[in-house]
Amino acid sequence: MESNLKWKALFIVIVVLICFYGLFGRPSFPTSWGDVANNFSDRMQLGLDLRGGSHLVLQVQVQEAVANQCDQTINDLQDQLRKQNITAGAIRRVSDTQILIPDVAPASSGALQALAQNQFPDWIMSQAAGQPNGFTLTMRSAAVTDIQQRTMQQSLETIRRRIEGLGLKEPNVAPTGRGENEILVELPGEGDPTRAKQVIQAGGQLKFQLVLDNNPYPSEAAALAAHGGVLPTDSQLVPVQVSSGPGQNGAEGWYLLQRTPIITGADLRSASPGPDGNQPGFYQVNFSLSNQAAKRFGPFTASNIGRYMAVVLDGKVQGAPPTINGQITDQGEIEGNFSQEQAKDLSLILNAGSLPASIKYLEERSIGPSLGADSIREGIQASVASLIAVWIFLVVYYRLSGINAVVALLLNLIILVAFMAISGATLTLPGIAGVVLTIGMGVDSNVLVFERIREELRAGKANASAVDIGFDKAFLTIIDTHITTLVSAAFLFLFGTGPVKGFAITLTVGLLANLFTSVYVSRVIFDWHLSRMEREAELSI
Amino acid sequence: MEFFHAPDFDWMSKAKYFATLSGCLLLIGLIAAIYHGGLHYGIDFEGGTQVMVRFASAPPIGQIRKALDAAGLKNNEVTSSSDISNANSRNDVMIRVGQNGKGEVESEDAENAAKQTVLTALEKNFGTPTSNKPDFNAAAVPDIADYLTKRDPLMLQTAAGDRYTQLAQALTGARDRDHGGIVTNFDQLSGIGGANAAVIAALKDGYSLNNFSVLNAQVVGPTVGAQLRRQAILATLYALAGMLIYVAFRFEWIYGTAAVIAVFHDVLITLGFFCLFYSHFEISLTVIAALLTLVGYSMNDTIVIFDRVRENLRLMRREPMPVIINRSINQTLSRTILTSGLTFLTVFLLFIFGGQVLRSFSFAMVIGVVVGTYSSFGIAAPIVVIWTKWRGHGATVPVASSADKRAEKRLATARR
Repeated sequence: MESNLKWKALFIVIVVLICFYGLFGRPSFPTSWGDVANNFSDRMQLGLDLRGGSHLVLQVQVQEAVANQCDQTINDLQDQLRKQNITAGAIRRVSDTQILIPDVAPASSGALQALAQNQFPDWIMSQAAGQPNGFTLTMRSAAVTDIQQRTMQQSLETIRRRIEGLGLKEPNVAPTGRGENEILVELPGEGDPTRAKQVIQAGGQLKFQLVLDNNPYPSEAAALAAHGGVLPTDSQLVPVQVSSGPGQNGAEGWYLLQRTPIITGADLRSASPGPDGNQPGFYQVNFSLSNQAAKRFGPFTASNIGRYMAVVLDGKVQGAPPTINGQITDQGEIEGNFSQEQAKDLSLILNAGSLPASIKYLEERSIGPSLGADSIREGIQASVASLIAVWIFLVVYYRLSGINAVVALLLNLIILVAFMAISGATLTLPGIAGVVLTIGMGVDSNVLVFERIREELRAGKANASAVDIGFDKAFLTIIDTHITTLVSAAFLFLFGTGPVKGFAITLTVGLLANLFTSVYVSRVIFDWHLSRMEREAELSI
Repeated sequence: MEFFHAPDFDWMSKAKYFATLSGCLLLIGLIAAIYHGGLHYGIDFEGGTQVMVRFASAPPIGQIRKALDAAGLKNNEVTSSSDISNANSRNDVMIRVGQNGKGEVESEDAENAAKQTVLTALEKNFGTPTSNKPDFNAAAVPDIADYLTKRDPLMLQTAAGDRYTQLAQALTGARDRDHGGIVTNFDQLSGIGGANAAVIAALKDGYSLNNFSVLNAQVVGPTVGAQLRRQAILATLYALAGMLIYVAFRFEWIYGTAAVIAVFHDVLITLGFFCLFYSHFEISLTVIAALLTLVGYSMNDTIVIFDRVRENLRLMRREPMPVIINRSINQTLSRTILTSGLTFLTVFLLFIFGGQVLRSFSFAMVIGVVVGTYSSFGIAAPIVVIWTKWRGHGATVPVASSADKRAEKRLATARR
């Protein structure tokens, strides 16, 4: 019995040492009290609600990418039909995943079917309902899912690159795991997410397009009128970016541009902000092109000297289109009367690449640093106050055995905090509440055991057997109560989000630690005490 | 020390009074809910925009409302949110706009714009009109550090970055802790972290001081609100079902059912109290966590009594059910009073000192601990008694599932 007790005590000591190591011993073994404090604050990860920061949830509109793919396919189809001399009516989009090819010449229908099978494997061709000579192409659901997943993945990476470019501390970009296509962006310490939101949301689709009509039109109607109601082939009207900043021209206008871009964002090698040479006080974005693009761009500019080239970002012409003064090979600049920050953000967006689909903000929460400071102080004050009150009461009520309960509760707390430090779980405000409730359950377990022991003592049992039976009987109840609460904690974890999850984690770990401390550790302390006291002496409970 | 020595109350004869009491509480909650037109959902479940602002002096609530109206945000709600436990919060104001819980669904974009409109309106009416300088009260450590490094008021020249980051940390620390997030005059920062006159002058030069600072801002889209609400209800129902199955497995199905009815009763009464204090507390995600905790807590309490019933059924085979239940409640009374008392103390301290953010959470817990304790003997136990009587045995329900028999055997061996 005596040696058995020693082994048990040794086991408990080892657990405590592991906990202390987890709390204070990493990343490097402490050699001073300062190291201990540093290690501790390094290990404890505080949630945004405690340290302040911003939390954004956004949804990637993946359906857009599917629709884009559909449009792209229509273009390809038109090319192919022309090449293979298949006569058909105007191809149009029925839905994001369906294309209608009406009035196919009966002689060509065989060729069309072969074409669809060979060149468009992602699509299923079938007879169009109610149109004897019409066919529909429907995108396979596997292809749709594939596009959606790819879009989501690409958006995630692009957003991650952009956020990293902002130079914030420890940002987190991850799928929320809640709804479909949702991304969570956490920015610790950033009380105002406005700039981050703009940078994330910017489409970042850059195109250089040749200007067809040198002067901008005041309205779309005017442009149409100038061309007799029909725009030339391979051309498009693009509005001017209207900026309302001080000293900037806020007039609206439209440019007629060549539809096929000379250069797109994918051709850029790098972009960086710099002062605008022509407009003091403003900034521009300097870029360099990839080798391949430079090979195309050089001859193109050489043969178009004197003409204008528009810089189009997300469907808006930036600034007055510059003249092509000579052959440009691989360096260029975008002028748009930018402020320094705007130029910085634009180069960041260009470097990170464009988003494959637009995004929508579903949720935004930002917690200022002072509120976080308030919350930590108040949460900790309240927890410490209640802990001390509970301890005092237990010692008054159960005397020496009360100290046993205090040790068990303290150990419970140490294990809980150490687990969070070791596993890297985040401590949130509801998490603190979870800790407090764990303490409540811990008290309950101890009280259950002690009351049982008292009952057995009253029934005239000897100390040792009273403790023995007390623990055995209370054990069943403790198991039942703990498992029921664990069941509810498990559902909280599975279905809860953010703060609720944090609460469930601390509650679960706390309950498991409690089973260990209030049943095992407390028992060992009792046995140790019993082995040292006189058989006839009264148990202090 | 001992509170009760061998108590001998006849709980089950009071079942009628318990039923009346519960009925009254539920009715009060229901009336309050009807009066207020439903539950007071927080922004989590309703969607909308909510901004909490701390003012340097007493907040002009009427003026804020007018400013928001003028900015086109007619559907606004401006309330003081000062908190007794935190002196810094005496001038806090909560602004909520665009609640769409009343059937009108707004778009995410509209809500994102609403936040910006609120901030612009505040800036226009309560900001410092004279300058385009950034607001020091809203500035983050890296920005301040960058600015100071550029200005270099301490003339450090090389390796100044770290020193100024430290200084910026000290300055924002003093701002957030000592001045509750709002500095009204840069001279208040003099001497902090080695800030000399040159540093203060540099700050005055580069920053302005707004009379308010945004403590937190939340924008929740309508679809997210509906999604979160659905998830919360699902989580609660699943948790209840899980517990019902576990208790039914450990005891008998009537015990499981009685426990779940009692827990339902607790949740409804707690929600009733939220309706009664409609304007003070709102139902947020954290409150859902509290509700689920009280579900676990109430279950815990009921199980302790049922556990005793199970044990006593074996010891007192000839006694009628009400006697056994009375005995079981009395035997566990000491534990119940102690545990509930201490848990109540804990959540009550949390309620008083835990601060604004935890207030709704701890309110639910305070009500829940009291109701959850009461429902164990006032609701769950009588249901078992009534059911046994109705079955016509009048005596005992054998409580022995297979798991229980195994446990009994283990206990017997342990006792030997």
